[in-house]
Amino acid sequence: MYEIRIHSRGGQGGVTAARLLADAAFRGGKYATASPFYGAERRGAPVVSFVRIDDRPIKVYSQIQHPDMVVVLDPSIMEAVDIFQGLKSEGEILLNSSHPITFEGYRTHCVDLTGIAIARTLVVAGSPVVNTPLLGALAKVGIISLDAARAAIRGMFSDNRNVQAAEDAYGELVL
Amino acid sequence: MDTRQVKEEIMTEIPKEEYILKCTSACAGCSSTLSLRYVLKAAGRDMVLVVPACCTSVIQGTYPRTAMNIPVYNIAFAAAAACASGMSAAYRKKGVKTRVIVYAGDGGTVDIGLQALSGAFERGTDFLYICYDNEAYGNTGMQRSGSTPLGAITTTTPGGKVHPKKDIDRIIEAHNPPYIATACSAYPLDLFQKVTKALSLEGPKFIHLLAPCPPGWRFPAEKTVEVGKLAVKTGAWILWEREHGTLQVSGPSRAAMKKRVPLDEYLKMQGRFRNITEQQKQELQRDIDRALARIACEVKQPCS
Amino acid sequence: MQLIATGNKAIAEAVRQVSPEVVAAYPITPQTEIVEQIAAYVSDGTLASQYIPVESEHSAMAACIGASVTGARTFTATSSHGLLYMHEMLHWAAGARVPVVMANVNRALGPGWNVWAEHSDAFSQRDTGWLQVFVSTVQEAYDTTIMAFRIAEHEDVLLPLMVNLDGFTLSHTMQPLETVVVGDFIPPLHLPHAIDVAHPRGYGPLTGPDEFFRFRWDIERSMRDARKVILDVEADFGKRFGRQYGPIEEYRCEDADILLIAMGTFGKEAEVAVDDLRREGIKAGSLRVRWFRPFPVLDLSGRDVVVIDRGYSFGFGGVLTRSIQATTKAEPFSVIAGLGGQEVTYRDMAGFVRNRRPGEEEWFGVNTIV
Repeated sequence: MYEIRIHSRGGQGGVTAARLLADAAFRGGKYATASPFYGAERRGAPVVSFVRIDDRPIKVYSQIQHPDMVVVLDPSIMEAVDIFQGLKSEGEILLNSSHPITFEGYRTHCVDLTGIAIARTLVVAGSPVVNTPLLGALAKVGIISLDAARAAIRGMFSDNRNVQAAEDAYGELVL
Repeated sequence: MDTRQVKEEIMTEIPKEEYILKCTSACAGCSSTLSLRYVLKAAGRDMVLVVPACCTSVIQGTYPRTAMNIPVYNIAFAAAAACASGMSAAYRKKGVKTRVIVYAGDGGTVDIGLQALSGAFERGTDFLYICYDNEAYGNTGMQRSGSTPLGAITTTTPGGKVHPKKDIDRIIEAHNPPYIATACSAYPLDLFQKVTKALSLEGPKFIHLLAPCPPGWRFPAEKTVEVGKLAVKTGAWILWEREHGTLQVSGPSRAAMKKRVPLDEYLKMQGRFRNITEQQKQELQRDIDRALARIACEVKQPCS
Repeated sequence: MQLIATGNKAIAEAVRQVSPEVVAAYPITPQTEIVEQIAAYVSDGTLASQYIPVESEHSAMAACIGASVTGARTFTATSSHGLLYMHEMLHWAAGARVPVVMANVNRALGPGWNVWAEHSDAFSQRDTGWLQVFVSTVQEAYDTTIMAFRIAEHEDVLLPLMVNLDGFTLSHTMQPLETVVVGDFIPPLHLPHAIDVAHPRGYGPLTGPDEFFRFRWDIERSMRDARKVILDVEADFGKRFGRQYGPIEEYRCEDADILLIAMGTFGKEAEVAVDDLRREGIKAGSLRVRWFRPFPVLDLSGRDVVVIDRGYSFGFGGVLTRSIQATTKAEPFSVIAGLGGQEVTYRDMAGFVRNRRPGEEEWFGVNTIV
């Protein structure tokens, strides 16, 4: 079982990101679950979502304790939240960042999801849409296939800029 | 008197003490919290805020913390006015002057809370009931309420609401309360003055406060005051008060009665009206015209 | 069709396929997506129901009763305080013998306000005469909602039915889902006592001490007859669509020395605890109680029993535990856990089994032994 924890702020689409990822993994033939953890959620408050991917049915509902990967959609969250908690040693981190950041002991991937979204004018209610390009980045890391990412995005969003942003992220992310 | 002097005069009316502390859970641009700040300043320390299920239930923060420096009594959705009734009766019996103020959303007022509200007013309960109206069930994610206007998109009216907004003011007026007023978050001094006036009177008082909601009405957070002002300037929201039945129209609405901004200016700022039909717009316009005409007739003021 | 969906979405999808004539509902977290999805289906024309956005839950159930007694198929959904607000009308629906189907998203009761999973809301309605089932996966939520209409509407039942799913943990969790084409699996509703202006009757008038008790017995008789109807409908569902359920779901119980009993998603995660315990050499099995009303006949003889209760009756005990004690000879170790969405993992559950004390009660997190 592969476990991913997604950190974001309320309103950034972190919950939708989890759903998209689970959908893409499902389209790739896997069993996948996605659940948000709702605290006192309001716009701007830290939000955590969990995605589990496996070849067999997943019977665990409790929160992910030891993620294989942590995704951070808004690095400013790290001031309030310990994103490393429980992360497996040699675990992976995928960070929405415009400049490269590394964390010792973990494989860190940085991609400017915000920049990609803005470049594609993928902005809703003043916020850049980072969850659809995220799927492209996750495809590059190898969690899902790019085709599955495209299909999952199209299943939820009719605006083709979302798929384009995902393809941009796929291309931009250097492992 | 130059503008700065006038502004200073006005601002000195408003006490400095803050009862809403930093780090509420409010959304950016939340009109309700902006307004509550002034309500509490007008009410002062000796009060209890009764809050049914609504956005304020969450805004106050999560146990063990609270962002409000006055007693806040949370109560079930349908029960705010009934709870306030009991609280007020108990305080009066004890000879305690503590003010009982309900701060409720439109859902808990015009829908599920209507029975208790009517009962409390019919019995002459000594309390102030403030309904902050964001025209939907905000706390649960913007489903329609009876207070949602015609044509507005909510999560349970994806094609736009087909029924008109329930006129809770006329319902409350039918109870002949000593004081009823409308207010709007974009006019805080007007709100402050109305709360002060209400609290100086005995019996049941009702203030209906328009509270534009950025995520729910779909406009950028920084426009929250602008949207509120447009509501009043277009006549979509009319500011008035009735003290013992006598109607007085508030300044900004007197101005709107003389010269109105076209309704479309207000509607086009909000994503929730993106699918409103021409027919619905005309119906909204007719309702505005009728409401203003009625008011103009009553105060015998010419209306354009 | 294969898709991935949340529990709420799965239920809305099941409702869309069954197509009740009337849906009357009021929003409450974490049920809102059910109602919103149904409103969207009605709006885009894929569901031909009359959708009534009522002003409270009491009115939701009253509206469902009114609709149902004309012979219309009805559905509603609620949670927690909403369910409690309808309490009077839940009794009324059962007494009126209307087959209303309701999804209840299990959530704790305030104060303080708590929106997370707990079974107290459904438990507090256990005496109303409603059939109650608890589901543990998105697939089960979908399948059970479809079956619910056929079971409730069966001429030997004609009682309302509540499908329970854990708030957030299941309502908002996405899992793979295979939908079915309902076809004639659900026959048209025939309500024998539907209003008929050609043959006018009074419904529910003043009923004296010499007659009233017969109506109460009538509810219980149907509740007992429902046991067979449930088995038959589930068997038919299994034959047609390949998935069969039952009053309980057993996992590795055949040679178990100790049974871990729970409801809802805990009952599914318990299977992971069982696998871990088995690897340690402890012969554990998981027994998930699905049907709560009518309460299943359980044979727990010869095994230790650990019960996880996600709802409590103050001054009495864990509701599931006491139900088991009342109907079996078991002496369970009762663990009160998961209240208000308290996090309980399969590791914790394995711990309950390892540290069990038969006949005693423990409040997880409070560390008191009662």
